[in-house]
This record gives sequence, structure tokens and C-alpha cells, in this order.
Amino acid sequence: MSVRPPIAMLAELTHRCPLSCPYCSNPLELARIDAELDTDTWSRVFREAAELGVLQLHLSGGEPASRRDLTELVRAAREAGLYTNLITSGIGLTERRLRELDEAGLDHIQLSLQGTDAAMADRIGGYKGGYDRKMQVAGWIGEIGFPLTLNAVLHRQNLHQLPRALEMAVEMGARRIEVATVQFHGWALMNRDALMPTREQAREADRIVTEARQGLKGTLVIDYVPADYHSDYPKRCMGGWGTTGLNVAPDGLVLPCHAAQTIPHLTFDNVRDRPLAEIWYEGAAFNAYRGTEWMAEPCRSCERKLKDFGGCRCQAMAVVGDAAATDPVCVKSPHHGALQVQAEAFAKGSEDALTWRAAPKRAAEPAE
Amino acid sequence: MIGPDDIPVLPRGVRIHWDKVRATWVLLAPERTVTLDAAAHAVLSEIDGARSFGAITEALAERYDAPAAQIAADSAGLLGALRDRRFLEVVS
Ligand code: SF4
Ligand code: SF4
Repeated sequence: MSVRPPIAMLAELTHRCPLSCPYCSNPLELARIDAELDTDTWSRVFREAAELGVLQLHLSGGEPASRRDLTELVRAAREAGLYTNLITSGIGLTERRLRELDEAGLDHIQLSLQGTDAAMADRIGGYKGGYDRKMQVAGWIGEIGFPLTLNAVLHRQNLHQLPRALEMAVEMGARRIEVATVQFHGWALMNRDALMPTREQAREADRIVTEARQGLKGTLVIDYVPADYHSDYPKRCMGGWGTTGLNVAPDGLVLPCHAAQTIPHLTFDNVRDRPLAEIWYEGAAFNAYRGTEWMAEPCRSCERKLKDFGGCRCQAMAVVGDAAATDPVCVKSPHHGALQVQAEAFAKGSEDALTWRAAPKRAAEPAE
Repeated sequence: MIGPDDIPVLPRGVRIHWDKVRATWVLLAPERTVTLDAAAHAVLSEIDGARSFGAITEALAERYDAPAAQIAADSAGLLGALRDRRFLEVVS
């Protein structure tokens, strides 16, 4: 199979974050602060990425603004020729810092939304005052004129706020909104009881999005990630494993997707040891689930296999215990029925039982 | 539909880029990349935020020795699609 170069790279600059969202996609085992790549190494990785064919760079985290060298990193990314997108909660950005990022050539900002009012947002983010601060940051983003995408993560506790989130995106002058129903990986997996949407909520969200796409055509572009436990077919995860994008973790590990470390038998290369191009084309983790050779039935003989590549490997691992199994979301999976029953049960769980994500360890902390 | 007096503008955050690895022109936009064929690249390269769509199609008609009406019809579809995705703005 001929492997094409990746289009996008997600650089998780740090796992540090002032917020502690209970659905954070960072791994449970967060990268230690003293293990983070330094400015020069990231800059080299950006150049290697551009050489490899990456066009879009997403600077993410944790909270990328927690890196003091963020402006330098943006400048290095632009010099490498990459389209540079900052994925942020807004916390840690001042007006002055935003102006520096503007001057460094930052192309676009994606601002996360934990809720549409302070009570919801601050409870979910686990950070008091976070919402007010975010609104202030959104104001500066608008004044400077950065193109903006709002990223609303929705779950059972805030799905009713979807209409308001759409209004807010328009008010802020965002060109795009991502309406993302929580995906159950990482920390979210521990919070399925508290976060699983009901089937009714999922259908209601489908309806609201369909209507808003009509009503806001030409004003706001809506990208929608539906509740997949309540779907019949899985998502084409990462655009297909090892086809479109790659993630670099704060410590330099290169991952085919942000949750890939939950697949225990995979081994990952590090940008400190190997050129990025070699990792992409030859790395064991990238080749493990590339293409369709690894598939078993029912995927192997399914007509949709090039459409969704069998869904999410990490979800198959988490739910079925086998990363090469059909994504259990799929109606053709023998586990689909059980998953639907589980989803219904989770959707009746307690909303109080939230586990917020932890903070990364500092250097030389004694073992617990 | 974009008219001859409308002025198309590529807004901030949308730019034309030579993709040297794939040897093609692309349009880079927030979290999206659109591959441009020769015709699309020709139209988008003319957009300078000052000239009208009419002036652009006439310039292209002259350069490629093709009827302006044909070029306008072909590129209006592209510009309309980009506008729906908010990759293009139009000042009338
Ligand atoms: S999901 Fe929340 S906790 Fe995790 S990095 Fe984003 S803002 Fe921080
Ligand atoms: S059987 Fe596999 S390939 Fe077919 S739709 Fe389900 S997940 Fe996709």
C-alpha cells in the first residue's frame, strides 16, 4: 500500500492546564513538566513536519498558553511554512500576548467552550472565574481580528445549551463552530455516568444542528461530532489511521491519535531519536492499523471499510479489549447491542460523580 | 450568486500556498485545506480585495483567450462554494 504524507499535525506542547475538564483527551498518565520538548526541538519538529508534507499545524495541549515560549513557537511554525492554529481555553492569554502572537503570524484561534454561562463553564472546567476570563479573551481576539472557531464540547449536563452556544459563536464573529459531543477516551471514560447524553438529547442535537446549518448558511460553518454511542456507524477516526494526521505528545512521542497510548502492545517513536518522516512511513505504531490488511470480520468484507476504516481503534480497545476489533459503535459489531444498553445505563447515572482531570507531575516528585 | 460588480476578498486566515511536497497549489483556511486546480488557482490569484469580479474575469479572458462569460460562469460556482464555507467574502 502506498502511504501518503500527512496533512495535519497536532503538537501537544504541554499537558499543563489551568482547567481540569472531566473529558480531557490527554492521557491519564500525563507527561511530566521536565519531560517537555524545548523550543529548539519543537522548532526542528515543525520544519521536519513541513518537509514531510504537513500543511496544518495545531498547537494544543493541555493549555498551549502555559508554555512561556508560545510566541517563539508560533514564529518558528510560520517560518517553517505551516498554517498555524492555536487550540486554547483562553486562560493564560493576555491582550499583550495575543498581540505578540498576531505579530508572530498566528493564523487562527480555536477557543474551547465548557458551557454558555459561568455556572456551567466554571463547574465543568473546574476553574472559578474561567468563563469571565474567556469572554474577555474572546473580545480581544475579535478586536485583533484573528479568525475564530468556537469549540463547544457537549455532554448530558450541557447539551441543552447548544442553541445558546450557536448564538454566542455568531455574536463573537466566529466563522466556524465545532459542536463536539464528548468522545469517551482518556478522562471521559471515567466519567461516562456523569456525561453520557441520553438518546433523546442526541437526536435533539442532530435536529438543532441540521436546522442551524440551514439558517446560518454563509454566516457560521458548523462541524458536528454526534454522540457515537447512539449512532449506527462509527466515525472515520483521524481520517483513517496513519493516512492524514499525527500527534506529537509533550515529551516527543509521536502518536497516530491522541489516545493511541491506551493500546498496550503499541510502541511509539520519539522525535528526539528518529526523524519525523521515518516515524511516519516506517514507525511500528503507524503501520499497525494502516490500510485494511489488519481487519477481521465483519470489517474485512464490509463495503464501508474504506469509508470509516473500521472506526476507532482506541474505542475497540477500551470497550471490546481488542484494538483490531470492529468499533463497537457499529451495528455490525457483535458488541453493538451491549454498548447501546450500556449507553442507556450510563445516561441514567449521577451527574455529581465527576472526576476532574489531574495536573502533570513536576520534576523529581516522590512516587505515590 | 456573485455579480460583476461584487468585490471578492480572501479574508484573514485564508491564503494560497504552494504545496511543494504534493506539487500543487492549495488554499489554506482554518482547519481546512482545499486543493486548487489550474483554473481555480488562476481566479483566486487575481483576488486583491480591490478589483471587482467583472474586472477579474475580463483580465482572465484576455490572458487565456477565452470568452469572459464562460470564465465568469465557471468561477462563480467555485467562489460561491468558498463563500458558503466562509473562505471568501464579498463586498458589494
Ligand atoms: S480539555 Fe480542558 S483540561 Fe483538557 S486541556 Fe482542554 S481545557 Fe485543559
Ligand atoms: S463493519 Fe467495520 S467497516 Fe463496516 S461499517 Fe462497521 S466498522 Fe465500518
